[in-house]
Amino acid sequence: MNNSILLSSLSHGKKCRVKNLNTEGLLRRRLLDLGLIDDTEIEVLQKSPSGDPVAYLVRGAVIALRSEVTSMIVVEKV
Amino acid sequence: MGLTNKSTGIGVLDNEIKINKLTPDDKIIALGGNPNVGKSTVFNNLTGLNQHTGNWPGKTVVNAQGDYSYKNNNYILVDIPGTYSLMSSSVEEEVARDFICFGNPDTTVIVVDATCLERNLNLVLQTIEITSKVVLCVNLMDEAKRKGIEINLTKLSKKLGIPVVGTSAIKSKSLGELMEEIYKVSHNKITLNPMKIEYEKMIEDAINKIVEPLKVLFQDKLDHRWVALKLIEGDKSLLKSISEYINCSLTEEKKLMEKVDDARVLLKDEGIDAEKFRDKIVSKLVKTAEEISRDVVFIKNNNYNSFDRKLDKYLTSKKFGIPTMIALLFVVFWITITGANMPSQILSDGLFYIEDKLTDLFVWLDAPNWIHGLLVLGMFRTLAWVVSVMLPPMAIFFPLFTLLEDLGYLPRIAFNLDNYFKKACTCGKQALTMCMGFGCNAAGIIGCRIIDSPRERLIAIITNSFTPCNGRFPTLIAIITMFFAGFFSGPLQSVFSTLILTGVIVFSVIMTLSISRILSKTILKGIPSNFTLELPPYRKPKIGEVIVRSIFDRTLFVLGRAVVVAAPVGLIIWSMANIYVDNISILTHCANFLNPFAKLIGLDGYILMAFILGFPANEIVVPIIIMSYMATGSMVELDSLDQLRTLLVSNGWTWLTAVCVMLFSLMHWPCATTCLTIKKETLSFKWTLISFLLPAATGIVICFIVTQVSKIFGLI
Repeated sequence: MNNSILLSSLSHGKKCRVKNLNTEGLLRRRLLDLGLIDDTEIEVLQKSPSGDPVAYLVRGAVIALRSEVTSMIVVEKV
Repeated sequence: MGLTNKSTGIGVLDNEIKINKLTPDDKIIALGGNPNVGKSTVFNNLTGLNQHTGNWPGKTVVNAQGDYSYKNNNYILVDIPGTYSLMSSSVEEEVARDFICFGNPDTTVIVVDATCLERNLNLVLQTIEITSKVVLCVNLMDEAKRKGIEINLTKLSKKLGIPVVGTSAIKSKSLGELMEEIYKVSHNKITLNPMKIEYEKMIEDAINKIVEPLKVLFQDKLDHRWVALKLIEGDKSLLKSISEYINCSLTEEKKLMEKVDDARVLLKDEGIDAEKFRDKIVSKLVKTAEEISRDVVFIKNNNYNSFDRKLDKYLTSKKFGIPTMIALLFVVFWITITGANMPSQILSDGLFYIEDKLTDLFVWLDAPNWIHGLLVLGMFRTLAWVVSVMLPPMAIFFPLFTLLEDLGYLPRIAFNLDNYFKKACTCGKQALTMCMGFGCNAAGIIGCRIIDSPRERLIAIITNSFTPCNGRFPTLIAIITMFFAGFFSGPLQSVFSTLILTGVIVFSVIMTLSISRILSKTILKGIPSNFTLELPPYRKPKIGEVIVRSIFDRTLFVLGRAVVVAAPVGLIIWSMANIYVDNISILTHCANFLNPFAKLIGLDGYILMAFILGFPANEIVVPIIIMSYMATGSMVELDSLDQLRTLLVSNGWTWLTAVCVMLFSLMHWPCATTCLTIKKETLSFKWTLISFLLPAATGIVICFIVTQVSKIFGLI
């Protein structure tokens, strides 16, 4: 469990795997629907001009998430 | 707050997707897919010019329809909204899902992007859970090939149990194949056996409990497994729609509901509560998509997306992101302004030549003066102005803008600007709807359906008209050219005009953000909801297609609207200017009445009058101003902007008037089409009224401040 960190704390170029989504309801469904299920690999691609949101590579698709969301996603570094 | 289920949910669908079959044998084909997968190319290639509705004009923007015939059968192709999912967390997704479920399409075609298959398969799997009559169209095969991605279509078809056709825009051969598969599916020539997504045993047991009573109730309507899943999940809005569809309330079916409760208890005993249940269902779809894609997609080069990443590095970087955005805007405007000059001149020469000939004809016919005035000086002249001043900038701006859209740049704009929207407590996708507003505010407002949160969607709707639409651009361009570009000559002139126009647009974005923030802090209080935004792969835009489409969809539409709106208004204006009461024309009476107020905000009575009469369409504001001034005496032959400037100045225009007209053009009431669209989208008179009054009040206040400050400081 020592490896568990929040997606928001990863810097660009890093890769990780989804461990847990600390959220429920609509947002949780949205994130799962985007493919962020257990063990999914995420690569941090690039920050937007103001630093937030950040673009991630998930299952071959590029998805932008705000920091509020990424601070609810628990991941494990690869 | 007025945000009832009705105002944001299925209610919007009322009189939404209407299909007129020519004969009962016509087949209805729903065309779905993720955004930006070339769905419209497939649509255009299939239907050619047989489109009932363009892709853009106002209310029809979501469901363009077209015809094609194949093997002596007529097919009605319905373009349903492009979505990533059918979970219906936004209105857009609800419209798409409901059409597949309840629109009774004979076949549903899902277009997917060959370069990003796994992500796209999610929608395909969700669709085949609802209906078995699906044809998969894997588009952009050429792009995939270029990127070194190979897809085994035969295997994909076998796995999914539905026909799969690979297409690319260049080859029209594949189109015949697609038509053939649609023909087979819609005429039941082949038995489809779409893949059944098997959930874990617990869930399957729960589903089976409910399927039996459903068979009795539904017979062959809807997929029983899918309805069972939704019943366990308890998706209320969907269950309501289903009840309406089968004409009996599901929740009042005691036997069925007992079974549903049983199923839920069964799951709960296994530790699967509602939330977990949904998790499992969604995860299963994602996993299935992963498995399929692993089996059928072969990637030769793992860095196939490196070009996209490089491009993103510039287009969305900290240093270059926003400057590039403004620079692109500048280039688009510069091409529009410089490119529009010539055709404008040619059109106006041509149309005024025709006016002269028409006058000759009336003289020859010995027609009474007033008929000549009404028809030629009133109607025809207004029309000529609308066409020659408004049309060229539109015809240039639109294709350019569509090119950026096709390239996949618009989501990057949303990505770049999201933080500002977050600070305004709204959704970054509002940047997308704002961009659509540049084309047409009504289209932008319908586009707001992509925004999940009802509060943020309303804000996006209310503030959309702060973005100058295509009908207002030419007004801005004309005024800038006449009053501000004169400081320079030669090529610098157009650069300077473009700079000012770019500034005006940046100002409109700032206004949109400020007003959004004010709304978020007052009548539409709330915190920004969480947002996720997809950045689709970049595409090489189909330049030829974009130009042809822009001409057909937009230019002809504008011409049509000009005839419908400008002609009668021209008639009214001429009559008002030529019917005298107490020796003063009605027009002048009205203008005199408005004048004191108009003067306070830097305009004059005639200008304000023009904005009021321009309510049906913003395109006609400038022509009305010209008509009014000309009708009041100083008859001049107007065939260039220079002479127009002289006319305006002789009627008391100063640089301040020009500034205020631009500001007021940017911020006044939305046009009639836009208001109707707002009413339809919000289903609320209150929010329509607010959307009408808010920009008007903002414009009046800002023009007042600008005017009074200039006067106090003696600038004028």
